[in-house]
Formats: sequence, C-alpha cells, structure tokens
Amino acid sequence: MSDLADLYRDVVLDHARTPHGFGLRDGAAAESHQLNPTCGDEVTVRLHLGPEGAIEGISWEGHGCAISQSSASILADLAPGDSPEQLRSRIAGFRAMMRSRGEVEGDEALLGDAVVFQSASRYVARVKCAMLAWVAVEDALLKLG
Amino acid sequence: MSSIAPTIAAATALEESEVYRLREDFPILREQMGGHPLVYLDSAATAQRPVQVLDAEREFLTHLNAAVHRGAHTLAAEATEVFEQARETVAGFIGARPDEVVWTSNATEALNLVAYALSNASAGRGGPEADRFRLGPGDEIVATEMEHHANLIPWQELAARTGATLRIIHLDDEGALRLGEAAEVIGERTRLVAFAHVSNVLGTVNPVEHLVSLAHAAGALVVLDACQSAPHRPLEVKALGVDFAAFSGHKMLGPNGIGVLYGRAELLNALPPFLTGGSMITTVTLERAEFLPAPQRFEAGTQKVSQAIALAEAVRYLQRVGLERIEARESQLAVRLHSGVASLPGIRVLGPGLGVERAGLVSVVVDGVHAHDVGQYLDDAGIAVRVGHHCAQPLHRRYGVTATTRASTYLYTTEAEVDAFLERLAGVRGFFGAAS
Repeated sequence: MSDLADLYRDVVLDHARTPHGFGLRDGAAAESHQLNPTCGDEVTVRLHLGPEGAIEGISWEGHGCAISQSSASILADLAPGDSPEQLRSRIAGFRAMMRSRGEVEGDEALLGDAVVFQSASRYVARVKCAMLAWVAVEDALLKLG
Repeated sequence: MSSIAPTIAAATALEESEVYRLREDFPILREQMGGHPLVYLDSAATAQRPVQVLDAEREFLTHLNAAVHRGAHTLAAEATEVFEQARETVAGFIGARPDEVVWTSNATEALNLVAYALSNASAGRGGPEADRFRLGPGDEIVATEMEHHANLIPWQELAARTGATLRIIHLDDEGALRLGEAAEVIGERTRLVAFAHVSNVLGTVNPVEHLVSLAHAAGALVVLDACQSAPHRPLEVKALGVDFAAFSGHKMLGPNGIGVLYGRAELLNALPPFLTGGSMITTVTLERAEFLPAPQRFEAGTQKVSQAIALAEAVRYLQRVGLERIEARESQLAVRLHSGVASLPGIRVLGPGLGVERAGLVSVVVDGVHAHDVGQYLDDAGIAVRVGHHCAQPLHRRYGVTATTRASTYLYTTEAEVDAFLERLAGVRGFFGAAS
C-alpha cells in the first residue's frame, strides 16, 4: 500500500464524508472548543452523560481536513458507554500512538478504528489534526471534574 | 546602483532553457522527496538559495568576521566596510539612499518598528520633531482586508495603544481592493495607510501610486509591505512614492533572520527609536541617552552581519538575472498556473480573473477536499505547496474559506513543474471521492 493510501484508508475517508456524532446537541455536561492555529481547523465537542454518569454520547461540530474530521467521528463512535476514566485511558492510548512517529501500534481493543491513525503519526504535521477532537474531549472531561 | 535597464517586460521573459541553467545554482532543487524529484512551489513562503549566496556568507565568516561599528582592529574595520557595502547594494536595488535602509530581523520586525516608533512618538518621545507623528483619538490608521497578519496586527495594536481608529479597505470578489471605498476611507483624519504591494494569497498587484496619491493628498504616511514584490519585480521606492517599505531576505534568495525597512531619511531621522541599547547612541548618562541618526538609531545591539552580506549577494544575483525578466517570466507562469487550474472541475482560484495582472502564485479551493489533504496528496508526489490561511485569516474569511492551497513560483520554477502540479491536482478530487 502506498504511503498516501495508508494515510487515507477507506475508513478515514468514509468517516470524513459522513461523520458520526456531527451536530451539537443540547443538554451537554461539558463542552470544549479547540483550534489548530496553523491551519485554522477547529472543533467544538460536547459530552453527554447518561444516568449513571457514563458517557452517553459525544456531539461535535467543526471543520478541517479528512484526518481531523474522521478522527472526531471515530472518537464519537468509541465513547458511548465509557466511564470518564475509561475514555481518558483511550485518549492516553491514542496520544501515545500519535506521538510515536509510527513506532507504536495502537491497541485495537482500546482504540477501535482509531488505530488507522498510526500511519498519520508518521507525518509530524498531521499529528495535531488527528489529535484535535481528542484534546477537546480531554478538556471537556476535565471540566466534568 | 541598480543595473536594470528599462525594457519591455513581455519581450524579455526568462526562457525555459535559461531557467534550467539557473537551477544549477540551487543544489536543493536536485533533492528527491520520497522517490520523486522535488517540485518546489512554495517560494512565496521562503525561497531557495543559490550557492553564490551560501558561499558569500561562508566567505565572510571565514575571512572577515568581526563585530561591526565597534572595535578599532583591522578585521573590525573591514567587516564594517563590507557590512555597509551590503547596505549600499540593497539601497541601490530599491532606488533608495543607503541611510534609508534599516536592517531588521525580518519584515515583521520592520513593520513593527514603524508602529512602535509612531507609538513612542505618540507617548511624547522623540522631542518636538516627532510631534507630527503623534497619534490619538480622532486619528485614523488605514489597512486593508488582504493584509498578511504582519501588516495588520501591528496597526491594530498601535490603534489600541494610542486611541486612534483602525479603518479597513475591503476586497471585491475579484481579489482587488475597492478603490471607491479607499477614496472614502482615506480622508483628513487618516494619518497612515498600510498595504501590500502584492497579495501573498491572491497574487493581486495593488495600484501603489494611486493609493499613495490618496494617502498623500490626505497628509498620511504610506507603509508598503513589499515582501511579495521585492523578490519578483522591480521595486523603486522613490518612483512609487511610499514613505516606508518592508521586505524580508529569505523570500529573495537571501538568508533567514534579516529583513529590510526602507524609510524616507527625513522621516527616519525624526522618529524616536523602537529598540534601544548599544550601537545606536551618541551620549549616554545614567538618566538619558541621545541617539544616532538613521539608520543606526534603529539598529540597536549586535547586527545580522553575515546575513546582510549574503542578502547583498542575493540582490546581485537577482540584478544579474534582471528583475524585469523575472517579473515577465513569472507572469507567464502565473497564466499557465491559473488557466491550468481553471480548466479543472471543482477547483477554484481566489483572486484576479484570467487576463488581469497576477503575481506568480495561485491559491486554490478544492470543492469537498480540505487544503491540508490537498497538500498531503501533492506532497506524496514530491510537490511542495503551502496550505492553510497563509497568515491572512481575514482575507480567507472574506472568501468564505478557512484554508487554501497555494502554489507559488520563482525564477527557478520550470514550466514542467507547473505542469506536474496541475496534473497531480487534477487527480485530487477523485482520490478523496469528491468528484461527482
């Protein structure tokens, strides 16, 4: 597979074209807005909690490249049902993979489809794209207290 | 002095064969990127440097390096001499006097220098001769919607510090400044008008003389951002009539870390300094200091000596090739780029339409594909372009986009490179599934 095809796998392009969780919903427990100043990409995420305090869902809006949009979409698929602690550990695992310059293979049990971004971690300029929504959710989790 | 003879630009464009010979001087252009020959179309961000420029800096550091304008030993005297010769070379390049050329770290610092000198005058510094520069409530500073952030934010901040009002000349749909609006905005309250010679995103070439005449009729000073013109076309500051002009070395075959501020001598000598410290004073007591005339008054501290000398070599390189010939060549490449992109469905070029003067760059919007993804797709084929907002967020907002993909040319750009870009760009929507 070429580098480019590896970076833009079908799962990435599919999520970018039809993002999951897109559109902000009311009734959020916490919200965060993050901006990538170098490219102007931005994302707003909202955390929605279920009755037990687990994550019921993530709603988000934003604009950006296929990497940042698909990464947000995949995260929105992963989060429901997680406790805040579980979601934090997913984010930690994702960050470790994204900072590894392609060295760390993501744990599929933890990261699901987000393991595809291992290829993006080789492109230093794209790491921030992939991280954008994850950083926003991390920030929103902090605001939950 | 400038060695450029007036010629009819269109008749004397650099030819493709000459461009290939020039490329021999630029070792980096022989690099391979991931198995593809590098196609460098990002010169509007930073230009590549010929061996002559690299050698000039090394030669100085190998044989002549010493602190300039201080020290009495022979090496220091020789270093000072070549440093000042570099200033003469750059002054000649823009048709200015040597004492009207101030070295700065970059164009951003040059523009901030003007803003802070005016700010200091507004705070009462500079004595009676700086009184005329005082800004306050009721005064207006004019900038434009197309500016690079470096020629916008310093004026926002200057207005905020002094109580003056910042007013804006907006863009039309074709990437041109609204000149009717300019005539209304620039008036008796206007104290300064700041604008780019050439837009770094649109490629628009602004009518400098017209804007200068509006500004001067209102008694306002003119600050020209010449970053995208000085490297690519003749820049005659006296003929244009601007009061200040700023440009950077690294966009014109020179080093990073050096920029130039041109200012009319009479203005520079009346303005209070921006940065203060060593090498810019006559007498210092524990309470106060008196300052040297320009340009030294604006050159506090250790200077960028080897960079200035290398920049002078870059200027000589450009003069040997001829700025008119470069301008004419890039004008042809601009048409090739623009008409090539215009033939691609779903891809739009910001700025002037075909047939309108344009610098050697196009910023494109690809329907359904973000600029970063376009850039990645091009990069995969060894094609280096700029993606993002190019430090011009208000301009992008004006055209309803957050980011564009910009391809920009220089004297070493070949037609084959432009064609490689166009060919690759043609496939981008298909790859990302955006082609219907």
